[in-house]
Amino acid sequence: MSNKLIDLQHITKAFDGNVVLDDLNLYIRENEFLTLLGPSGCGKTTTLRILGGFETPDKGRVIFDGADITDLAPNKRQLNTVFQKYALFAHMSIAENIAFGLKIRKKSPEYIRDKIRYALKLVNLEGFEDRMPDSLSGGQQQRIAIARAIVNEPKVLLLDEPLGALDLKLRQDMQYELIRLKNELGITFIYVTHDQEEALTMSDTIVVMNQGYIQQIGTPEDIYNEPQNAFVADFIGDSNIVNGTMIQDRLVEIFGVRYACVDTGFGTNKPVDVVIRPEDLELVAVPEDAQKGSPEYESARSRIVQINPGYFEGTVSHIIFKGMHYEMEVQAHGFEWLVLSTRMFQVGTRVLMSVDPFNIQIMHKPESEDEKAVSMDENL
Amino acid sequence: MFFCDLTNREPVTSLRIARQPQILDSEGFELRKLLSRVYLIFIFILLYAPIAVLIVLSFNNSRTRAKWGGFTMKWYVSMFQDEVVMAALFNTLLVAVLSALIATVLGLMASVSLLAMKRKARNVILSMLNIPMLNAEIVTGISLMLIFIAVGQFLSRWGYMIEFGFGTVLIGHITFNIPYTVLSIMPKLRQINISTYEAALDLGASRWLAFRKIILPDIMPGVLSGFMLAFTLSLDDFVITHFTKGPGFDTLSTKIYTEVRKGIKPEMYALSTLLFVSVLVLLLIFGRGNRKKSMTGLVRI
Ligand SMILES: Nc1ncnc2c1ncn2[C@@H]1O[C@H](COP(=O)(O)OP(=O)(O)OP(=O)(O)O)[C@@H](O)[C@H]1O
Ligand SMILES: [Mg+2]
Repeated sequence: MSNKLIDLQHITKAFDGNVVLDDLNLYIRENEFLTLLGPSGCGKTTTLRILGGFETPDKGRVIFDGADITDLAPNKRQLNTVFQKYALFAHMSIAENIAFGLKIRKKSPEYIRDKIRYALKLVNLEGFEDRMPDSLSGGQQQRIAIARAIVNEPKVLLLDEPLGALDLKLRQDMQYELIRLKNELGITFIYVTHDQEEALTMSDTIVVMNQGYIQQIGTPEDIYNEPQNAFVADFIGDSNIVNGTMIQDRLVEIFGVRYACVDTGFGTNKPVDVVIRPEDLELVAVPEDAQKGSPEYESARSRIVQINPGYFEGTVSHIIFKGMHYEMEVQAHGFEWLVLSTRMFQVGTRVLMSVDPFNIQIMHKPESEDEKAVSMDENL
Repeated sequence: MFFCDLTNREPVTSLRIARQPQILDSEGFELRKLLSRVYLIFIFILLYAPIAVLIVLSFNNSRTRAKWGGFTMKWYVSMFQDEVVMAALFNTLLVAVLSALIATVLGLMASVSLLAMKRKARNVILSMLNIPMLNAEIVTGISLMLIFIAVGQFLSRWGYMIEFGFGTVLIGHITFNIPYTVLSIMPKLRQINISTYEAALDLGASRWLAFRKIILPDIMPGVLSGFMLAFTLSLDDFVITHFTKGPGFDTLSTKIYTEVRKGIKPEMYALSTLLFVSVLVLLLIFGRGNRKKSMTGLVRI
């Protein structure tokens, strides 16, 4: 897992003056399952196509195994792609589809036959040799597309939203199959998706992209627990993202209330973005008519300040049962906080709410959109 | 071309079906159905009566058109024994096959590059392709003749010359066939899922191999119908051939024309019948291949 197998250096790509990738730098290690994750149109497919050789970057180099392959034709590259829309050859049988690459490499008929059988077994479609692609379901076609790619024993498999067209159940099954497949083959996977759950489930490394920029690279845990900016936090799961002020190290103010946190190095009195995951918010109910200072109120308060000296008061405005937990909205300071909890609170319940200092994520404010636009203009 | 309506039957029926739901009263519907049948038959008689007469006369054992002298095949026999007619037949087939073949290849190449072009430029060129098809044939014919003369004069400075005959006719036919081949190939090519081509490259195929193995089979119906259309158009072309052929070279249509001008020759009826039947057969084959997507709109009327 240590060798840099692929190195994308300063990749820039524009279509008709539209910058799609802007100075993208990324390396992929051998045997890694790397996922490009981002909203539609952020340049994931373009990145993959540059790797596959179907687009040439305007600037930058693609290094594969130490060699510069930026201008190498797709058919000369040691990687295979599974396309977004299967792209099976409709007039060829499944066996012919799978044999396509092998025939070009002039493999013997016995070798080809064995490989077809092996690949079909790997994707759980034994006996499908003589079927035609259009007689297969979407999930089956997708698996044939994967089989067709892997028989060529590529060092790297590029997969462009291979599960995008499948229904939820099938998608989950295929996720496990893909992970199994990767472990069996022991090759590098570069996977594109805009589904954050899929990315979190499958990847060793996630690259979060937005508008042609890499927002964050890290393990699923890193990305989930320590998003580097509001975009990543928002994109990876539902988050409460609010404006805050970093008063000093380990102390942040949100809506006029000061909370203990664990972040340092943001300076003093600096505006920041604060991210709190819905499952990290802790609630304690207070009786409707309990006055501040009354025993009921004070007992609730004492419980919440054990979590964090800072807390706030709100009202449950919405609740949905989600199977494993309840999803609630709590109205406080004019903000709707999203809360996940295994405990249920009736709509209208008065609650005290806080969060463990460890679970408060402080982030630098991103530069404003204007600033970004100016700096891009200068580059052009 | 009068017989194109044969393959046009489908739109007529579908039109009738489309109107059905509006007619609630079933008796009125029956009447209208009957009327539209009669109307159709009337149109068909109008369209096909002249050809029917021609066919009947080609089997007429009398030299005059005025009276029926009994059934005979002798005009066909003597036609096939006539060397001049056979030479014209050979020329016709040669020009038709070659011009259709070359026009198909050129049309295929043009279509592929059109597809790679930006949308705007492509649309400009595609609409420019329509002009030669809508243009009066006589204008195309005369223009071709003029350009051959002009180029011939230009080349004569270096001692080369252009001789009117097989070559000029072939070039003329290729010219008017290209738009038809492009227009039958283009729609198929547009339906191609470009990622299957890229998948072939990805699996190690060269661009040429990927084109041959992946794209060509998919657009083959369009290529074939383009070829057939070009072949048919070339087979029955008169005007353009007339202006580009020069003396001493004849195809069936120009041969018929000169012979008929000289006087009545029943062999020419037989020849015309033969030409009609072969074009009809071609159109039927061709129409079968394109039943779903009617190409008859492309056939010159
Ligand atoms: N060939 C092209 N010509 C012009 N623009 C293109 C071309 N290919 C991609 N683009 C543009 O580049 C941007 C990024 O496209 P890309 O396909 O990489 O997005 P993506 O992240 O894969 O999105 P999705 O999740 O929708 O597949 C889009 O705005 C798209 O319109
Ligand atoms: Mg994409």
